Amino acid sequence: MKRRSATAALGSLLAAAPALAQPMSYLQTFGPAAHPATVLGWGLGAISLFVMAIIAILVLAATFRPRPRVGPRQLAVTRDAGGTAWIYVGVGLTLATLIGCMVWTMVALAAVVHPPVAPKISIEVHGNQWWWGVRYRDDDPSRMFTTANEIHVPVGEPVRIEVSSSDVIHSFWVPQLAGKTDVIPGQTNVTWLQADRPGTYRGQCGEFCGAQHAGMGIYVIADAPAQFATWRNAQVEPAPPPASTAARQGYGVFVARCGACHTIRGTNAGGLIGPDLTHLMSRHTIAAGLLPNNPGNLAGWIANAQALKPGSRMPSIPLSGPELGAVVAYLTTLH
Amino acid sequence: MASTGAFRVPIIARETDSSPIADRLDRTWRTPAGIFGWLVSVDHKSIGKRYLVTAFLFLIMGGIEAAVMRAQLIRPNQTLLSPEAYNQLFTMHGVTMIFLYAMPVLSGFSNYIWPLMLGSRDMAFPRLNAFSYWTFLFAGCFLYASFVVGRAPDAGWFNYVPYASREYDPGINIDDYALGMILLGVSGTVGAINFIVTLFRTRAPGMSINRVPMMVWGTLTASVGNLFAIPAVSLAFFLLWLDRQFGAHFYDVTGGGQPLLWQHLFWMFGHPWVYAIVLPAMGIVSDALPVFCRRPLVGYTAVALATITTMILGFGVWVHHMFATGLPPLSLSFFSAASMVIVIPSAVAVFAWIATIWTGRPVFTTAFLFFAGFIFVFVVGGVSGFMTAAVPLDWQLTDTYFVVAHIHYVLIGINVFPVVGGIYYWFPKMTGKLLNETLGRWNFWLMFAGFNIGFFPMHIAGLLGMPRRIYTYPDGLGWNTVNLITSLGAYLFAIGVLLFVINVFRSAKFGRVAGPNPWDAPYLEWSTPSPPPAYNFAVIPTIGSRYPLWEDRLEHGPTDSYVDQGYLLNRGRETVGTTALDAEPDVVLEMPGDTIAPLILAIALVALICAALFHAWWGVGVAAAVTFIAAVAWLWPEARLGQTKEIARG
Repeated sequence: MKRRSATAALGSLLAAAPALAQPMSYLQTFGPAAHPATVLGWGLGAISLFVMAIIAILVLAATFRPRPRVGPRQLAVTRDAGGTAWIYVGVGLTLATLIGCMVWTMVALAAVVHPPVAPKISIEVHGNQWWWGVRYRDDDPSRMFTTANEIHVPVGEPVRIEVSSSDVIHSFWVPQLAGKTDVIPGQTNVTWLQADRPGTYRGQCGEFCGAQHAGMGIYVIADAPAQFATWRNAQVEPAPPPASTAARQGYGVFVARCGACHTIRGTNAGGLIGPDLTHLMSRHTIAAGLLPNNPGNLAGWIANAQALKPGSRMPSIPLSGPELGAVVAYLTTLH
Repeated sequence: MASTGAFRVPIIARETDSSPIADRLDRTWRTPAGIFGWLVSVDHKSIGKRYLVTAFLFLIMGGIEAAVMRAQLIRPNQTLLSPEAYNQLFTMHGVTMIFLYAMPVLSGFSNYIWPLMLGSRDMAFPRLNAFSYWTFLFAGCFLYASFVVGRAPDAGWFNYVPYASREYDPGINIDDYALGMILLGVSGTVGAINFIVTLFRTRAPGMSINRVPMMVWGTLTASVGNLFAIPAVSLAFFLLWLDRQFGAHFYDVTGGGQPLLWQHLFWMFGHPWVYAIVLPAMGIVSDALPVFCRRPLVGYTAVALATITTMILGFGVWVHHMFATGLPPLSLSFFSAASMVIVIPSAVAVFAWIATIWTGRPVFTTAFLFFAGFIFVFVVGGVSGFMTAAVPLDWQLTDTYFVVAHIHYVLIGINVFPVVGGIYYWFPKMTGKLLNETLGRWNFWLMFAGFNIGFFPMHIAGLLGMPRRIYTYPDGLGWNTVNLITSLGAYLFAIGVLLFVINVFRSAKFGRVAGPNPWDAPYLEWSTPSPPPAYNFAVIPTIGSRYPLWEDRLEHGPTDSYVDQGYLLNRGRETVGTTALDAEPDVVLEMPGDTIAPLILAIALVALICAALFHAWWGVGVAAAVTFIAAVAWLWPEARLGQTKEIARG
C-alpha cells in the first residue's frame, strides 16, 4: 500500500499534467463524473485493506496463540460448543460496515449519474473495430462535423456523450474523466464527462472486441473555452484544396486508393469505413492512439498497417515510393 | 432372514473387513481388472479419481496457456504472440479453468468421498455417474480439438455477441465452443441430479440432515444451483448456434435480436456457477480444517445456512457483470445491494473458521497451512468483489486487471487452495500413502508466495487502468513494473504447482503407509481401510452424531454410532435407502453393476455434436438413433433392480 500512497503523491505532483505518468490511472480523477466514484474507491479500498489486515492478524493470532500442544488422539474440546460469539460479533461488525458502504455507494451513484447542469455540448461517439468515430452535434446542421479518435472539450463544462456501435460491443472509457459506458449495437447509451483541468486524457476500449481490442485508444483534450471554440470552428471547415504539386499528386492517389474508405470533406473522397481525415493533422495520434502523428509514422502506417496493427481493417497499401511520399505530402496539409 | 413378499428385514450383523463375508462383498463389488473393466466400471471411487486426474490435466493445460500469456505480457510491446493467438489462449485458459478444471475437480472429490462420508456403498445412480464422467471427458476433448486445428474459440469464455456471431467470428471455433458447452451441460446436469438424490436417499441410517459433513452441504447446494443455472447457458449456446448456422436472429440486431439477451442468459448461469465452484471447496475447508484444529467446526448450523444463503443470493446478482451496459440506475442499485449482501454469509464462514482455529489446538500439517492460507486469500477475493459491487466504482474497475485479480483470488484462492489442501488430506484415503510433508511445506509456501506476488499486483494494474484481454500494451502507461512482477510471481506459483505434482507421484510410490485414519478425523470415510475396499463398508454403519469417530472423546447425544455393526446387505450389489431428512432406513437399494451403456451413450452424444459441427446431417441422424437405442438399453427395466423391498420398520 506504500505503492498506492506513492501513486497518490505522484498524482498530485502531476496534477497540472495529469496524463503524463499514469495516463490511465483512476486513482486520481479530474472531473465530477468520476470524482465521487474515486473517493468511494479510495474509501472502499481502505476498508478492504483494513479488513484484510484484521483477518490476517486474526488468522495468525488464532494459529500461534500459546496453547499446550495436543497429544495423539487428543481433542482440544470435550463438547461441540464454544466460539459462536466470534460469528455474532464478526458478522455484526461486518453488517454495520456494509450498510454504511451501501448508503455511500448509492449516494455516489446518484452523484455521477447526471451532470449538475444540462450539457450544452453533445457528442456522438461511435465504436468501430478498432477506432472511434466522433461526431459533434449542433443545432445548426452546417456546423455538425465528424472526426475520429480524439475528442476536444472545453474545460469545466459537462459534455453529453451518446455512444453507439455498428459492429460489436465496445466500451467507452476515459478513466480520469468517467467510468465505462458500454457501446452496444442496436442501442444508444448516454453518458457524460467533464474535465476540470486542461490537459490530455487517455482512454481505451474497455470491452473485448476482437484482434485489436488492445489497439483502440482515444484521447480527450480539454482546452480553455476560447481555444475549444477556435478548434471547433476550424473542424467545421472542409479541407483546403491541395496547393503544391506534390500535394496535388498525393490528392489524386488518395482519392483513387483511399477514398473508398476515408472521407475528406470538400474532396471526392467520401468513404465511411475508416476515420474521417478532413483535419488529420490537428490530431495528436494516428491509428486510434497507436502512433504519434507525424509524416514518418503516416508513411509507415499507410505502407505497413498490418505489421503495426495486425488484424486492423486498414490494409497495408502497396504504393510506390513516390506515390507514398505524395500521399503523405497531401495528408500533412490537412490541418 | 425374514423375507415376505415386498418386505425384507435385512440381517443386522457385526462384521469387519477381515470377516469372510468381506471376500464375498469384494467379489460382488469389484470391477474386473483390465481395459474393459476400466471402461465399464461404475465404482464411484474409480470415477472420482478419474475426475480428479482429468481435471488436474486440464488445470495444467490451462496453466501452460497462462504461462505463455504471461510471457507475452511481461514487457510492453512484445510480439511473442499474434493477437489472434493471444485471444485463443485467453479464451481457452478461461474455458479450461472454469469449466474443465474448477467444477470437475470438485465433482471428483465429491464422487470419491460422498458415499464414504455418507456410509453408502455407491452413489444413488452409479451408471449416471459414469456417464457424467465420460461426457465431461469427451466435451473437454471436443473443446480442445479445435485447438489442434488452430481455430480455438477466441471470443473469451464469456463469448459476447455480436463478436461471437458468424459475421465477426466465422469458422468452427465458436460452434465448437457452443456445442461443447451443450454437451458439458449434460454432464453437469446429470452429475448434479446424482449428488442431490445421493444425499437425500443414501445416507447411513441415523445420519439425519443436520449430521452430514459440511462438504456435503457445499456440493448439495452447488448441485441444486447447477440444476437451475445450466439450462440458461445451454439455451444461450443453442440459440447462438442457431444464429450462426441457420441465420436465426436471437442476438442479431439487424433482425430485431438483442445482444444483451446473451449477457443476461450467460450471467444468469455464470454467476451462480461461480458459487457452485467455490461452495464445495469451502465445504472441504469447513470439514478438514477442524480436524487439524482438533475440534468440531464452530457454528455448524450457521455455516450450513450461510452456504445455502450464498447460493440463493447468487441467483439475484447476475447483473453486476453488466453494470456498464446502460441499464437504469434503479435496477443497478438493486443488484449492487444484492451483491454486497453476499458479504454476510461469507463473513459467517470466515469467522467460523477463525473461531475454530482460535478455540482449537492447531496441528501444523501441510493441509492445515493450505486451509489457513486459504482464509486470507478468501478474504482478499471477497473484499475485491465487494468493491466491484459498488456500481459507480465498478464502472472504473470492470474489465480491468482489478477484476482479473479478483477472479483469480476467487478461483485460485477459494478453489485451488482448498483442493490442494483437500488432496493432502484425502490422498492417504485414496492411495493408502501419505504425501510427503517436507515437500508439502515447500509446495505450500511457493504456491502461497507465488500466488500473492503474482496476483496481488494485478489489482494495482487494474487501478492504473490496464484493461483485460489486451494482447499487448504500450510503454509509458505505468503498467510495466506491475506486469513484470505479476509474470514472475505467476511462474513462482507454477513451480509450486509443479512441486505438488512431483509430491503426488513420489508419495504414491514411496510415501509412508497411512493406515485407515492418519489424521484422527471424525468422519465416516476414515473408518474404512485406506484405500477403501470396493464395497466401502462391510456392514452399513449406523450414525448417532455428527462426528462418529470422535464419540469416545466428545460429548454427544443419547445415541452412539456403530461403524462395524449394521445392515449386512450381501445379496448382490445392495445399499440402504433412507428417508430424506431423518435418514431412517426405508428400502434396500439394488444397485446396478458395471456396464458399457454409459460409455456408449456418451460416445453417441459426442458423435452427434461432431456431426452437427460439420453439418453432416445423416451423421446427426445416426448418432441420435444410437443415442436413443443406448438410452433404451440402459433404462430397460430389470427385475433385479426393482426397489420393491422395503425395510420393515421397528
